Amino acid sequence: MIPQAFDYYAPTSVADALRLLRQHGDDAKLLAGGHSLLPIMKLRLSTPQCLIDLGRIAELRFIGEADDGSLAIGAMSTYHDIKNSALVQARVPALAEAAGEVGDVQVQNKGTIGGSLAHADPAGDFPALALALNFELVTATARSGRTIAIDRFFRDLLTTALRPNEILTEIHIPALPAGTGVSYQKLPNKASHYAVVGVAAAITVGDDGVCTEARIGVTGAGATAVRARNTERILKGKHIDAAVIRRAAKRAAANIEDLNDDLHASAEYREHLTTVFAARAIEEALSRAG
Amino acid sequence: MPNEITVTVNGTRHTSSVEPRTLLVHYLRDELGLTGTHVGCDTSQCGACTVVVDGAAVKSCTVLAVQADGSEVTTIEGLAQDGELHPVQEGFWEEHGLQCGFCTPGIIMTLHQVLDEQPDPSEEEIRHSLAGNICRCTGYQNIVKAAQFAAQRMQE
Amino acid sequence: MIAGQVSKLIGSRVKRKEDPRLITGEGKYTDDVILPGMAYFAVLRSPYAHARINSIDTSAAADHPDVLGVMTGAEINDRCSEPFPLFAILPGMQYPERWPMAATKANYVGEPIAAVAASSRAAARDALDLIEVDYDPLPVVTDMETAGDADTPVIFEEMGTNLCYEASDQAGDPDRAFAEADGVVEARMEQPRLIPNPMEPRAAVAEYERSSGNATLWVTTQNPHIERMVAAKMLGMPENKLRVIAIDVGGGFGCKINTYSESIIAVVLAQEIGRPVKWAEDRTEHFVATSHGRGQAQYVQAAYKKDGTLLGMKLKIYADLGAYAQVISHVIPTLTPSLAPGVYSCRDIGWTTIGVFTNKIPYDAYRGAGRPEAAYIIERVMDLIADATGKDPVAVRRKNFIPKDSFPYETPTGMIYDSADYDAALDKALDIAGYDDLRAEQKAARKDGKLMGIGVTVTTEVCGFGPAAAMGGLGGFESATVRVDPMGKVTVLTGASPHGQGEETSFAQIVADDLGVPFEDVEIIHGDTSIVARGVGTFGSRTLVVGGTAILKANEQIKEKATRIATALLENKLEDTLDPQLVTLEDGLFSVQDMPDQYVTWADVGSEAYDGQLLPPEEQPGLEAVSFWEPPGLTFPFSAHIAVVEIDQDTGEVSLKRYVSVDDCGTVINPTLVEGQIHGGLAQGIGQALLEQAVWDDEGQLVSGSLMDYAMPFAQEFPMFELDRTVTPSPVNPLGAKGIGEMATISATPTVANAVIDALSHLGVTHVDIPMTAERIWRVLQTHGRRRRGGRS
Repeated sequence: MIPQAFDYYAPTSVADALRLLRQHGDDAKLLAGGHSLLPIMKLRLSTPQCLIDLGRIAELRFIGEADDGSLAIGAMSTYHDIKNSALVQARVPALAEAAGEVGDVQVQNKGTIGGSLAHADPAGDFPALALALNFELVTATARSGRTIAIDRFFRDLLTTALRPNEILTEIHIPALPAGTGVSYQKLPNKASHYAVVGVAAAITVGDDGVCTEARIGVTGAGATAVRARNTERILKGKHIDAAVIRRAAKRAAANIEDLNDDLHASAEYREHLTTVFAARAIEEALSRAG
Repeated sequence: MPNEITVTVNGTRHTSSVEPRTLLVHYLRDELGLTGTHVGCDTSQCGACTVVVDGAAVKSCTVLAVQADGSEVTTIEGLAQDGELHPVQEGFWEEHGLQCGFCTPGIIMTLHQVLDEQPDPSEEEIRHSLAGNICRCTGYQNIVKAAQFAAQRMQE
Repeated sequence: MIAGQVSKLIGSRVKRKEDPRLITGEGKYTDDVILPGMAYFAVLRSPYAHARINSIDTSAAADHPDVLGVMTGAEINDRCSEPFPLFAILPGMQYPERWPMAATKANYVGEPIAAVAASSRAAARDALDLIEVDYDPLPVVTDMETAGDADTPVIFEEMGTNLCYEASDQAGDPDRAFAEADGVVEARMEQPRLIPNPMEPRAAVAEYERSSGNATLWVTTQNPHIERMVAAKMLGMPENKLRVIAIDVGGGFGCKINTYSESIIAVVLAQEIGRPVKWAEDRTEHFVATSHGRGQAQYVQAAYKKDGTLLGMKLKIYADLGAYAQVISHVIPTLTPSLAPGVYSCRDIGWTTIGVFTNKIPYDAYRGAGRPEAAYIIERVMDLIADATGKDPVAVRRKNFIPKDSFPYETPTGMIYDSADYDAALDKALDIAGYDDLRAEQKAARKDGKLMGIGVTVTTEVCGFGPAAAMGGLGGFESATVRVDPMGKVTVLTGASPHGQGEETSFAQIVADDLGVPFEDVEIIHGDTSIVARGVGTFGSRTLVVGGTAILKANEQIKEKATRIATALLENKLEDTLDPQLVTLEDGLFSVQDMPDQYVTWADVGSEAYDGQLLPPEEQPGLEAVSFWEPPGLTFPFSAHIAVVEIDQDTGEVSLKRYVSVDDCGTVINPTLVEGQIHGGLAQGIGQALLEQAVWDDEGQLVSGSLMDYAMPFAQEFPMFELDRTVTPSPVNPLGAKGIGEMATISATPTVANAVIDALSHLGVTHVDIPMTAERIWRVLQTHGRRRRGGRS
């Protein structure tokens, strides 16, 4: 219940946070909403010597529009911010809706989009949405910064492309092409409310009813969230009907190696759930694509 | 290395020196003696420790006291005003929304925010809003009724 | 007593007396106790399920600047004069001694190894990491069915076996019943272990006064007096030197009956360091430090006739006791065959109950304790017979009911059912549910390829425990002290110690009606052994039945004496002598027959009782009465429940659509409290059916070891429950009450299980084990569903 002792810093700018990060190196962990980190620290499964709290950096908590017209969300924006943002509701309603399904009221008040992505919990909800919505992750280091495409972000269990000296500062969500529908569907773990398996689908349909773009993100099934590329390929260029959905969804777990197999679900069941929720997400995304 | 924090709890300013690892719930209970906020778990599921920090219901077992520096905190002890129960408290009494009472303060504080944002929730919305609170005694039925009672009372 | 009196509060929906403090944060739970100079302690626990302890090095922990004391298991045990006492020893039972801590060998993950007291919670926790223990892991026993086999490693060498007991018995002639049967149904049924998880984890605070040798122990217990009896014995203290306090207790469900090691450690550490100490269990710690419930494997055979009559049963029941027996935990499995006949007339039953030790935390009572496992067997059997005979489950049940004119009814297993009318409860439930319409709806749903199921059960249970003979040394009474003060206000001290049941309210209702005083004038005091003379406690749905009656009995004495005092007052007022027989108490006023305007009040009587100027010389001052009441027999509430479920064919998820609960707990004192007990009981029983289970690996590690992994029911799992009741008063106590704490839990599990299996029955499914998780149902659909669906297309 009580974490091991640590030093605590609460910088008020990204620059200060980066300086502290450089200073403390591997001994430090960044604290965002804390709802993944603090529980494991309380169980002493994680024992950082230093916490750098990003919670007081005002420049990291905003929701607006980037220069290129994409939706820009500060990394420290909470699920509650996202759920209630008129801009998000207008631009990507499925994201606002999904934010209201993460954890619970209290978790939504503290949990952040940046924290969720950087922690890369294999059962987190937002990683699936990030893949489907093609998030671009803007980071800062003491020297400069970069933009990481979401497809190159999730590396392994709890491991991302972020370097130790790098801070995720904002998330850009490219404007969705006309005719795009988005949906996130999951089977929640009855105990933790994390996703046993969750699938996010962003489907774009042209005027002729043919699918021009499909991005499917799957969480919970493997060590990291991944895109269901086989499924996407089957959908693209087709007039999507029930038969196509069935065929596409069947392949949703095809590129996931080492499906998770634990107390909550066997690998076999997770594989099956991936196909079920892929079908449901595609179906609903399609219904919203019109 | 202890840190100094200033927190306004139920309208009273407190300046204290705390270890960074001190959880907000332990600060409230052990330092300030506000034992109405309870610790029911250590993995952030049960919500017994829920308090309101700057208007938001949070699990005070998953917030460090240092994170609350400069904040306004409301605990169950600060909800009744001038001896008048808050409508959510009243709802729990009227509708038998509690038995052992241990989870109750956390649920009341959660519903405090929920009803602020959603004055007329459906039964389904109330149940959904309690996804972060576990009650082992009531089967939730009378908690839902307590929330409905409070919603109605707050609209009067 | 109550008969003939105009009832005002009994039966009314009175708001709870205890709520104002609990909804404002003024409750007094154990962890809320803050004492001057208080230190904290933490407990180092075995990470192994079975390991020899070679050595413990506490020097680094002792050197920690904030540490006040470190004690190993051997050191703590040394301070005890005897091991944990056991009650109700069964014939032929073998069992190991159990001391507060493991000294030379750990026998389950979580067994206490050492304890550290420090000036802060954090320092105590930090110091645990500084203790070094050298363990030699030993072979682990986790499977209850093979634990007793010759080739299974033996946990306690001195016993030479893992078998605690094996008890076989029979009633009637089961072999004949099976020979005469048209058919036999059989199943292996699993009762997974459950984690009780009251929302308040356990806690203990101890204070020790060196000058007097008096100790005070605040502790999360359902029964402070039993706690005192056990702790005092073990600590070698006279009982009157140990005060146990449990004011507000945040739920118990059985797991707070036992006296745990931490109570002993707390007192010893307080003695050792000369400061008060506190321990508060973490939730994750609770999973391995507080006893579990259920944990049976049941082999069931039932013989039936074509017309649906249950002729006989043969049962073999394994019970996983864990590493030790505690209090009366070993007796719990024996309740299962005793209640196995349920509400049915079956007379020929044979059974074997096998209690074994394994390398798991001990098991103990959990809401229902032995009776849910029985109800599950018989109510599954009824559905199996219905399925085998092609009859409606309702018809099969009615066919077998014990007729309502046969009570009191002695079952073949020796229980004496007090009173019941099962048809009446079932009729009501069917009516509320709209049973025939539901069956029509189900037929239509199946046509549409949907999975909808209806589960029906009619169950009973045994509760209201006492008399002493049924309690194996714990005592079968409850005590009450009723005191009227000079202002005419009433204070009641009760030995029953609630933890959410609302006794401060229901007991005050009884007193207010019985004495004719305002509800507000009654204070109920409980949970402090230095205030309440003696008590047994709150478990087995006994509080109202036994504790409530004890209050009535004390009231009788109070009323007698008060009437004598009132007579003296009235004589003085009227300047005449009166026959005390003519003075009556009505609506709180003592008046002379036919002279209603000549009266005295409770305040008059109370004042005179202590002032005493007009008391007749033979009358002692004071107005206080003590009663110890022991029931002559047990009570048997009953219920008829109906659940409606739907199953998602793709995922296997079960959703509970409706739940109808008609319960009969005899006389109802406060319908709101009774309904609250039912709601909560249903949630626990439904949780057991659909979600909850402790999962272990082969090394004896609890895999479902936190609330991240062990699914407790949340609000979203439930529809609004539909409740109603029948009222069949119990003849075994003057209140007519039967107890309602456990009934709904007992019924809900088989009701939901029956509904889920009913949803799958047309696919050829006859049994699925609990918890009926989505994956488990999906797997059943893989083997059964596909075949049928494939065949149709």
